[in-house]
This record gives sequence, structure tokens and C-alpha cells, in this order.
Amino acid sequence: MKEGHTRWLWLALSGLLLAPTAASAQGVKSYAPVTQERLNNPEPGNWLQYRRTYDGMNYSPLDKINTTNVKNLVPVWTFSTGVNEGHQAPPMVNNGVMFITTPQAQVLALDAKTGDLLWRYKRQLPEDLFQLHPTNRGVGMWQDMLFLATVDDFLVALDAKTGKELWAKPVGDYKKGHYLTLAPQVINGKIIIGTSGGELGVRGYIAAYDAKTGNQLWRTYTIPAPGEPGSETWKGDDWKTGGGSAWMTGNYDPATNTAYWGIGNAAPWPGDAHPGDNLYTTSVVAIDPDSGKIKHHHQYHHNDSWDWDEVDPPILMDVQRGGRTIKALVHPGRNGYLWTLERTPEGIGFVSGIPYVHQDVFTSVDAKTGRPTYNDKTVPKVGKDVTFCPSLWGGKDWLSASYSPKTKMLYIPANDNICGRLVGEKKPHVEGQLWLGAELEKLDLSMRDKKVPEYMGELQAWDMNAHKKVWSYKFPTQLFASAMATAGDLVFVGGTSDRYFRAFSAQTGELLWQHRTNSGISGGPTAFEVDGVQYIAVQSGWGVDAQRIQDSLTKLGIPGVNPDVPQGGVVWVFAVK
Amino acid sequence: MGENGPKAVDGGKGSMSACSCVARGSATPDDGVPQSTDRRTVLAGALASSVALALPASAVAADPKMARPQEGDVFVFATGDKARSVIGDADLPVGSPPVLAWPMDPQTKTIRDGSRLNQVLLVRLDTAGFDETTRERATEGGFVAYSASCTHALCPVSGWKADKRIFHCPCHNSEFDPSHGAKVVFGPAPRPLPALPLKAVDGAPVVAKGFTTKVGAGAA
Repeated sequence: MKEGHTRWLWLALSGLLLAPTAASAQGVKSYAPVTQERLNNPEPGNWLQYRRTYDGMNYSPLDKINTTNVKNLVPVWTFSTGVNEGHQAPPMVNNGVMFITTPQAQVLALDAKTGDLLWRYKRQLPEDLFQLHPTNRGVGMWQDMLFLATVDDFLVALDAKTGKELWAKPVGDYKKGHYLTLAPQVINGKIIIGTSGGELGVRGYIAAYDAKTGNQLWRTYTIPAPGEPGSETWKGDDWKTGGGSAWMTGNYDPATNTAYWGIGNAAPWPGDAHPGDNLYTTSVVAIDPDSGKIKHHHQYHHNDSWDWDEVDPPILMDVQRGGRTIKALVHPGRNGYLWTLERTPEGIGFVSGIPYVHQDVFTSVDAKTGRPTYNDKTVPKVGKDVTFCPSLWGGKDWLSASYSPKTKMLYIPANDNICGRLVGEKKPHVEGQLWLGAELEKLDLSMRDKKVPEYMGELQAWDMNAHKKVWSYKFPTQLFASAMATAGDLVFVGGTSDRYFRAFSAQTGELLWQHRTNSGISGGPTAFEVDGVQYIAVQSGWGVDAQRIQDSLTKLGIPGVNPDVPQGGVVWVFAVK
Repeated sequence: MGENGPKAVDGGKGSMSACSCVARGSATPDDGVPQSTDRRTVLAGALASSVALALPASAVAADPKMARPQEGDVFVFATGDKARSVIGDADLPVGSPPVLAWPMDPQTKTIRDGSRLNQVLLVRLDTAGFDETTRERATEGGFVAYSASCTHALCPVSGWKADKRIFHCPCHNSEFDPSHGAKVVFGPAPRPLPALPLKAVDGAPVVAKGFTTKVGAGAA
């Protein structure tokens, strides 16, 4: 055997020993396969999807923990993940088995009742991978498999019982600026994901893979190529690097077999660097999950110039307007407007759009189409120094709002009075490198009217039938976490730098309970039930954009801003004593 | 848009390897085989993964484009109008913003841009502001070089705060002081940027020694 062959064999065999792919006998002893029927109608005690249900309400029908006993909520177990950075995944539960994901592409299976670790999957990431968003937002579930979308741009299938890797498929190329952070959406055995990379000048896409084989079934670009519908909204070659990432899990209407995905910002940030409306950036698209075909769309705002990704998909709910019930799509936008749309077989219709935080960009919204007009002074441009409200992190970023079908209220974890400064610059695109179109040293936050505001974070409750804000709870600094409402008339949310996890009365907004955690919470809480006992779970682990905002607020010298929020992830599970 | 319909896009890129680690007790692999595949597939997959894992290490040694900076390497601009041209004494006045650069073997003209971990921040500052360690790594003319890969999450450290003479990473706001060994002065980075000691040849910066610490995210 030639020396080269010997070396290859040695490398292969030593690698085999170093990289075990078989799994431990320890694992999940009994596992309930996740079927389409269970995804359509999940049992009240389970949390099988990113927002629990396809409609995206992020709501639990459990009510054993409620306004009368929440004051007795205590931790029953915790688990330290051993990982830093933003722990943004909700603890998802299937019949007593909890799955969490962490930054650095790890998945942990835990006994949801006891906190025992059942297995842990660790992906080995490339040594030269740079992570703009070191996070992960959860798994997708199908039958006895789990699906993980990784920051080095792979889609990975795991055996839910053992954590054993079944297959791993490259989706794109991390060296070209593509990466994945979202929880995959699962519809009829199709695993649907969308790419990140809007700050690196990618051309965004949504793609579906076969659960069993990992073969790609379709890939739909969020920016049309020349000649395709919508291509007339782009000039020259801008479409090739135009952004339109799709980095949050979509919602789904089984009745019409339509998935609704939110699409991110145009790239680079200043709008005059990519003239035109720039479809389908900052839009919601209605997709046929069988073919990937875009059936309909609605663009919230055209020619994005503010990094206002509208990736959080609209919540599917019924809303009363003008004496009739509307099959609505409701989206508290990153652009600071609360949008109500109507979904029909013919398309997506505009119903209303009103600001829910201070917004100084839109001068009007067309009553028929919803198209806004802009205040030219607050539109970032190349070579201009512009301040606008809300900041690039918006009135609400990717975080989930929650809708309670019981109270008929929408709960929005909002940020108000925080504005941003952007000085546009023109730089050539280099594949795989940061491409913001903004002078980095002048990218700052500022406070509205240059004053220390009365509040920044605000948990808002909106009566969606009356179309008005009912109550709000205000925080002195930012609020950056998903909210969860329950049938116990409670709303749970973390998101503040003081490390508290809180429960509010869903009806009145009264603070009923709070508990301090190890770090800051930027992900979503969940509710589940095992052996007749209801639990509330959340990951505490500060990082990524919550950390970025905190750093910027610290530099502004705002009184009361905590400059040091410790990192490190911990799963917290609570029950009534 | 487009590309609808069934299509496989494996692209020949194998999986990176992964670990299904045991929670407690023995780390001995289970004899069980996943239901969706057979043992031969498992072994073949494991072998392929292992080869994929092993490849970069051997490739780094074999490919001079991927090798870390070597003594005697000169620098070329990584970006801009002068991209890939050699950086000389006159190219960076003292106090000018840092530039992103690649090391280049002056004999073979091989630019070591095969790994982004080789990208370097080159800056020229007044040596009066340097601490002793930085002065030893700098040229007399004030050139100092550091890894451009942030020790937090490996983002390119591409920002410069001219008034404070501080490197700024736009991804997560880490800041480093190049006059004091690129120590962390703000943000989540756990350690200084690795330094690349320099010497001067006709005033131009040339690599004197390899990186002082491991280039990469996290602890050294």
C-alpha cells in the first residue's frame, strides 16, 4: 500500500474512533411519534412546535397554574447547559420528554419531570466559522425524528430517542454568508427552513427537505431572478445580493395548506443602494408547502432602509371588524406598526396598520393597500447621517407575541422610545463578509427627543376586536423576549437585563409573580403537563441582540442600565408548590 | 423564486462529524442501529464523516494558502483598490485607519487566503503609546499586526475608533486596544486578539514570528 493510502486509512480509522455516531443505551425509553394529526391538534399538555400551534399563537390551553396560585410558583429543577450566548429556544415537550437547543448547535433531551439528561447531541463546528448570531431557536419534530438547522448551514436529522445523527445535509455554504438559526417547520413530512445572512448580502430562500432522506424537495428564493414575478421591483444586479433572509419559523393554515413566512430586510441597509420596492423583502409570503410556490404576498414596507426584518410571521386568528369575522393575519411589525391583514383564497388583503410604538418614518398608510409613505428625513441613505425611530431592532424584533383566544387579546413584548442612528456608506460586496452599508463607528442607539425616557420595554395587551391597547406594563430599559399567554389568564415573559422571569394577569396587566434567574431571558417560555402536573419552562441565557442592545444602552450612560448581564444557559422549570 | 420541484443538492459536501454523547454511565456506544438505515450505511457514513473531519488538518499542512503566517511573509491588502498588492512603508501613514491584510510568501507569491483565520489587522501607530510587549512586537516605524478574527465569535474585527485608537468588532461590540497587546477594553471577547510579531524590511512590515496565541473563538 502506498504511503498516501496508509495515511488516509489511518486518518479515517482514527476519525472513526474520535467521532462516535452510535448512541447510548441511555435515552428515551418510550417516545410518542409526532404525526400530522398531532401537529394539527396538539394535546394541551405538549409543546411540539416552536410556537406550539401552527397558527403561531404561542399560547397554552393549560390552566392549572393560574392567577390565583401563580404566587406559589417555585423552581422544581434546573439544568445548566454549559454553553454561553443567546439561549433563544423554547423548551419543547413531547409526552414528558423535553428538547432544548443551545448556541453552538447542541440538542439536549431531558426528562421534563425530573430534569435528568437523557442524551446530548453536539455538532462539531468548523474552526473558521464566524457567528454573527450565535444562537438556535429549537428543533422540528416528525415521527421519531428531530430536525436541527445549524449555524454552519446544515440541516441535521436526529433520532429523538437516542440523539443519534441520522443524516446531515448542507443547505448552502457558510463561507458565503449563509447560516441557519431557526426551528424548522414541519408539514406532512416536509422539513422547511429559511436562510440567515441578510447582513452578508445573501439572496434569501426558503427550502423544504424530505424528512426521511434529507433530499431537497424545493427551494424558493425570496428575491426573484430577472423575468420572474416581482423582478421588476429590482434594478440591475441588486437582486443577487439583496438580502431577504427568512430566519424565523413560519406559521401554517392546514385548512388551505398555506404556510406564511416573514421575510427579512433588503441588503445593504440604505434603500438608495438598492432602488425599487425590493420584493419580497420585508413582506409576508403565502407558500404552498408542497411545491414552494409563492401564492400571495403582502409587503409591509417597500425599499427597506432601516434593517427592519419582518421575519416574524403573522399570527393566524379570527378578528371582528366592521361587523364581520375576518380570517386575519396579525403582525406587530419590526417597523413599529401593528398590521392586520385578511387571508382569502384570492390573496392577502390589507385591513389596518397603526403604530404601537413611537414611529417617525411613515407619514401615512394607504387605506386600500397599506402601502406607507415615508418622511424623507428619516430614511437612511448613502452618505447621510440619519436618526429614526424605532431603532433597527424595531418595535418588536423576531420575538413572538402571544394571542389568547380566551381573552381575545394580543400580547406584544415591545420596545418604545429607542431610536437609532445610521450613516450610510457604499462598499463593494465581498462574499461571506459583513455588508451593512453603514459606517460601523457611527451605528448608535439614541433616545427619543434625546431625553432619558420614562420607559423603554413595554408589555402591551391589545383587544384585537376593539383594535385598541387595553393595558401595558412598562420597564425602565429594554424588553427582549417572547411572551406566552396561558388559559390560566397569565402572560409569562422574561427579557429584562435584571434577570427576572415574570407572570402578569392577562386581563389586567398586574404583575403577579417574578423570579430571578441566572442570566437574562431572551427566548420563549412554554407550558406543559406531566402526570397531571402543569409546569412552566424557560431558558435563561443572555446574548446576541439582547446583549448588543444592552451594550449600546450602556454606552449611552442611561441611568439604571445594567452593564453586566452574566452569560451561560440554564433551563428553568417551575411548578406550584 | 425559481428552482421549484424535486431536486437534490447534496453538492458532494459530507457531513461534519458530530457526537451523540451519553448522559450518564458508560460511554460505550450502543449496539443499536437506527431504524432508517443499516449497519453498512452507518459505518460508511461514519467513515465519510471521519474523513471529512480529518481532511482540513492535512490540507492545512499541505496547502501553503491555508498555512498560518510564516516568518518572512510580507502583507498584501485584502480589500479595496489595492487588493492583493504588497503593503509597503509608505502605504500606511502613522495614525491612519487599520487595513485588513493577508500574509504572502514573498518567494512563491502565495497569498495565504485559504483560511479566513489568516486575515490580519495591520495598523501603524505612534510607538510612544505602546506598552513594552507591543513595542517588542512592532516595527520601529510603528506597524503592529493582530489576527482580524474576534476571539468571541470569530467575526472580522473591521471597525476603528480613531479618537481612542481602538479596534471595534461590529458583530457583538468587542473592542481591543492595539497599543496594549490588543487587550479587551469592552464587550464579550474573552481574550486579546492574537498578535503577529513583526520586523521591518526597508520599513515595510514583515512577519517575525507566528501568532502569539491560537487564532479562534474562546479561550486560547
